[in-house]
Amino acid sequence: MSTAPTLLSVERLSKSYGGVHAVRGVSFELKGGEILALIGPNGAGKSTCFDMLNGQTRSSSGRIKLLGQDTTGRKPREVWRLGVGRTFQITATFPTMTVRENVQVALLSFRRQLFNVWASTPRFAEVEAGHLLELVAMGGYAERPCGELAYGDLKRLELAIALANEPKLLLMDEPTAGMAPRERIELMRLTARIAREKSIGVLFTEHDMDVVFEHADRILVLNRGTLIAEGSPEQVRRNPEVRAIYLGEGLVYDARHREGASA
Amino acid sequence: MAFYVVQFLTGLASAASLFLVASGLSIIFGVTRIVNFAHGAFYMLGAYAAYTLTERLSGAFGFWAGILGAALIVAAVGVLVEMILLRRIYHVPELFQLLATFGLTLMVEDLVVLIWGPSDLLGRRAPGFKGAVDFFGQNIPTYDLFLIVLGPIVLAALWLMFQRTRWGVLVRAATQDRDMVAALGVNQKWLFTSVFALGVFLAAFGGALQIPRDAVNHAMDLRIIVDVFVVVVIGGLGSIVGAFVAAVLVSELNAFGILIFPKISIILVFLVMAVVLIVRPWGLFGKPEAAARRTPGLTLNPWRPLTTQERMLALAGLILALAVPLVAGNYALTVGSEIAIFVIFAASLHFLMSVGGLASFGHAAYFGLGAYGVAFLAKLAGLPMLLCLLLGPLLGVLGAAVFGFFAVQLSGVYFAMLTLAFAQIVWSVAFQWVELTGGDNGILGVWPEKWAASPSHFYCLSIGIAALAVAALRVLVFSPFGFALRANRDSPLRSEAVGIDGKRIQWTAFVIAGGIAGVAGALFAYLKGSVFPDSLGISLSVDALVMVLLGGVDTVSGAVVGAIIYKALSIWLVSQTDLSKLVLGGVIILIVVAFPKGVVGVLETIRNRRRSHSKDSSLLRSQIESAE
Repeated sequence: MSTAPTLLSVERLSKSYGGVHAVRGVSFELKGGEILALIGPNGAGKSTCFDMLNGQTRSSSGRIKLLGQDTTGRKPREVWRLGVGRTFQITATFPTMTVRENVQVALLSFRRQLFNVWASTPRFAEVEAGHLLELVAMGGYAERPCGELAYGDLKRLELAIALANEPKLLLMDEPTAGMAPRERIELMRLTARIAREKSIGVLFTEHDMDVVFEHADRILVLNRGTLIAEGSPEQVRRNPEVRAIYLGEGLVYDARHREGASA
Repeated sequence: MAFYVVQFLTGLASAASLFLVASGLSIIFGVTRIVNFAHGAFYMLGAYAAYTLTERLSGAFGFWAGILGAALIVAAVGVLVEMILLRRIYHVPELFQLLATFGLTLMVEDLVVLIWGPSDLLGRRAPGFKGAVDFFGQNIPTYDLFLIVLGPIVLAALWLMFQRTRWGVLVRAATQDRDMVAALGVNQKWLFTSVFALGVFLAAFGGALQIPRDAVNHAMDLRIIVDVFVVVVIGGLGSIVGAFVAAVLVSELNAFGILIFPKISIILVFLVMAVVLIVRPWGLFGKPEAAARRTPGLTLNPWRPLTTQERMLALAGLILALAVPLVAGNYALTVGSEIAIFVIFAASLHFLMSVGGLASFGHAAYFGLGAYGVAFLAKLAGLPMLLCLLLGPLLGVLGAAVFGFFAVQLSGVYFAMLTLAFAQIVWSVAFQWVELTGGDNGILGVWPEKWAASPSHFYCLSIGIAALAVAALRVLVFSPFGFALRANRDSPLRSEAVGIDGKRIQWTAFVIAGGIAGVAGALFAYLKGSVFPDSLGISLSVDALVMVLLGGVDTVSGAVVGAIIYKALSIWLVSQTDLSKLVLGGVIILIVVAFPKGVVGVLETIRNRRRSHSKDSSLLRSQIESAE
C-alpha cells in the first residue's frame, strides 16, 4: 500500500468561527485504495473538516492538496471535477426525480452536458446509470420516485451518485447514520469492496465503532478541533487518551473483541 | 436650506404611515410566514372606513374616535379573514398564500367601489392640526409634525409589547420556530389570529391616518403595497426596527429624489432596494432565513415525457385550435390570439417557476421589453414585421440577462421581491422617458403587415408560435439542461456536489424565460397595435403568476391550461359584469382553497390514483392466479 500515490494531503488545516476554533492545525495524508476513518466526540470538528475538504466551507488557514493540486478555497463543484465524490450526513438527493434520473444527473454533469438543451435526459447514459445502481444493489429501484425511498436506500443511492464521476477519493460523512445494523455492515462492506477494486481512497466519519474498527485501515481521532491520535485500529483502541475522551472504558465492544481474540 | 429641512420633515411624515403598514406586514410574515398581499387592501379599507366614520361623528373627539374605530373595525374584518380563509391555507406553499391574498385584494377593490363609489373622497382635516408652522418662510403642516412624533411612539409601543408581555415573547418565539412553539403546547390558532389582527390593525390605522393628507381612492392599495414590499425587503422581513429605518429611508429617498433627479425619482428607491438585496440579501435588520422545511409528499411523482398517445392528443388539440377560424368571428379570433399570446407568456414563467423553482414577481418586465423592442424596431427603424418579431424579443433577453444576473443570487421571497423591483424600474423608465417611449401615451400604430393583418391570419400565427414555444419548453424540461435546473431546485447542496454551477444554470434559465416572454410581448404589440407601460406593470406580472398556479406549478405544462382558463374567464367576466374583479378574486381564492395543486395537478392526481389502483388490482389478480 505504501507504493500507492498520495491522493490527499492536508497541512495544518484550521477553521475558526469568531473566537471558536472548530478545527486547529489538522494534518494528514491519504493514499489510493486506503480507507481512513475520522472519529471523535460530537463537536470535535469532523464535519467542519469534511466541509473544508470538498470546499463547502472556506478554511481559515492551512493547505489542502488533492492529487498534487492545491485545492484550498476551491468550490465544491471544482473539487468534484478533480475526482472527489461526496455523501452527506443527512442525505442530499433529488426527491422529484426517479432513482435512475438521480444518477443520470450526476453522469451528465460528469460528461459536461449540462447546457445541452436538446438530448432526452431519461435516455441519457441509461446503461451506465443502471450499472452504478447495480453496483450499490439498487438496480430494482431504478424507476421508483426518489422521494419514496427508505433512508437506507437513499444512502445507497447517494453512494451511486458519488461514484458517477469515477472518483479517486470518496468523502463520506457518517455513511451509516440512521441505518439499521445489518444495513450498516452491508453498506460499508460494499464501500470497502468498491474502494479496493477501483483503488479509491475513502475518508469517512462514523460513530459506530463496529463499522470503524472493521473497515478502516487507519484511524484519525479528533477532539476539540485537534488531532489527538492517529494509527491502525489496534493502536487507536489501545490509546488511553482516546479511551478517556471518546471510546470510554470497559466497552461492550472491547469485551466482545477480547472474546473474539481468544476464540 | 430651510427648504431642505422642510422637505426632510415631509419625508419623515410620510414615513409614519408607511412604517405602520410595513411593520404590520412584517409581524404577520414573521409568525405566519404569509406574505400578505392584501395588506394594501386593509390599508385602503382603513382609509375608507375612517372617511365614513369621521364624516358621521362630529367634533374633535369624533374625529379621533373615527380614526381608531376604523382601524379596529378593519382589524375585526382581518380576524374574520384569518379564521375563514387563512387558517385553511397555512400548510400550502407560500406562493399560494400570496395568490389567495391577491384574490382578496381584487375582491376588496371592487367592494370598495361598490360601497363608496369610484370617485376620490376628500376627508376631514384633523381637528387641532389644521394649521401650519412657519419655518424660515416655509410652511410645515402641523399634522405632519403630529405624524413625525407618532411614528417613533408606535415603534416604542410595539417594541415594549414584544419585549415585555407574555404574548410578545410567544410571538418572538413563533417567529424563530413556530413548530417548536406548537410542540410546547401553545395554542397556535389564537396566536396566529391575534398576530394577524395586530398586523391588519396597523395597516388600517396607517390608512386612516392618511385621510387628512391625501384623497381616498380605490387604487391606493396597489400603490402602497409596492412601497411596503420595498420597505420590508430593505429593512428585513420580520424586523420592526428594520421596517422603521427602511420606511424613513424610502420616504426620504422619495422626498429628495424628486428634487435631485426628477426624471428617475421612482427608480431611485428600487435601485437602493436592489443594492441592499445584493449586499445584504436578507435586508438591513433581517436575519438569513433558515432553509424552509420541505413539505413532504408534494411533488412525489417524477415528470415524464408525453406518451405517443398523449402527443397525438396534443396534436389533435392543435389542429382543432387551427380550425377555429372556420367557424369563429373576428372578435372571437382576436380573443383567441390574446389567449395564445398569454399561453406563451405563462409557459415562460411556468418554466422558471416549476423547473427552476424561481417565482418571479416581475416577469411582465420581459414581456413588456419584447413589446417595446418591436415598437422601436417597427416605428423608429422601420423594419419589416418578421424581422421585428425575431429581433424585438432580444430586448427582453437583454433585460433578463442584466436583471437575472442579480436576481438569481437570491432565492424564495427575496427573489420574488427583487424581480418585482426590477420590473418596477423598467416600468418607471418606460413611464418617465417620454421622449423615447411616449410615456403614458405609449407608442401607437404598431400594426401587423398585410399577410398577418386579418384576425384569422394573426390568430393562426399566434397559435403556431404558442405551439412552438410550449413544445420547445417541454423539450427543454427533459433535456440535460432542464434536469440540471431541476436538480438545483431540488437540492442545491447535492447539485453543487456533482459539479453543477447552479447560479449559471439559473441565470441561463432566467434569460430563456425572459426571451420567450419577450416573444409573447412582441406578438402582443402587433395584436394591440400599440405599446403602453401597462405591458410591464405589476398587474400583468401577477396575472402570469395566477395562470401558472391555476394550471398547477408542479406540472410540466399546466400553465397552458391555466392561461387559457384565466384569460378566457377574465375577458368573459369583463364583458359580463362590472364586478369582474370581485368574481375573479373569489374564483382565485376558491381554487387555492379547493385545488392547491392547480387544475392540471388535480387531473394528474386523479389519473395516477386510477393507474396505481389498476396496477394494484392486476398485481393482486396475478398473485391469486399464481396461488391457484
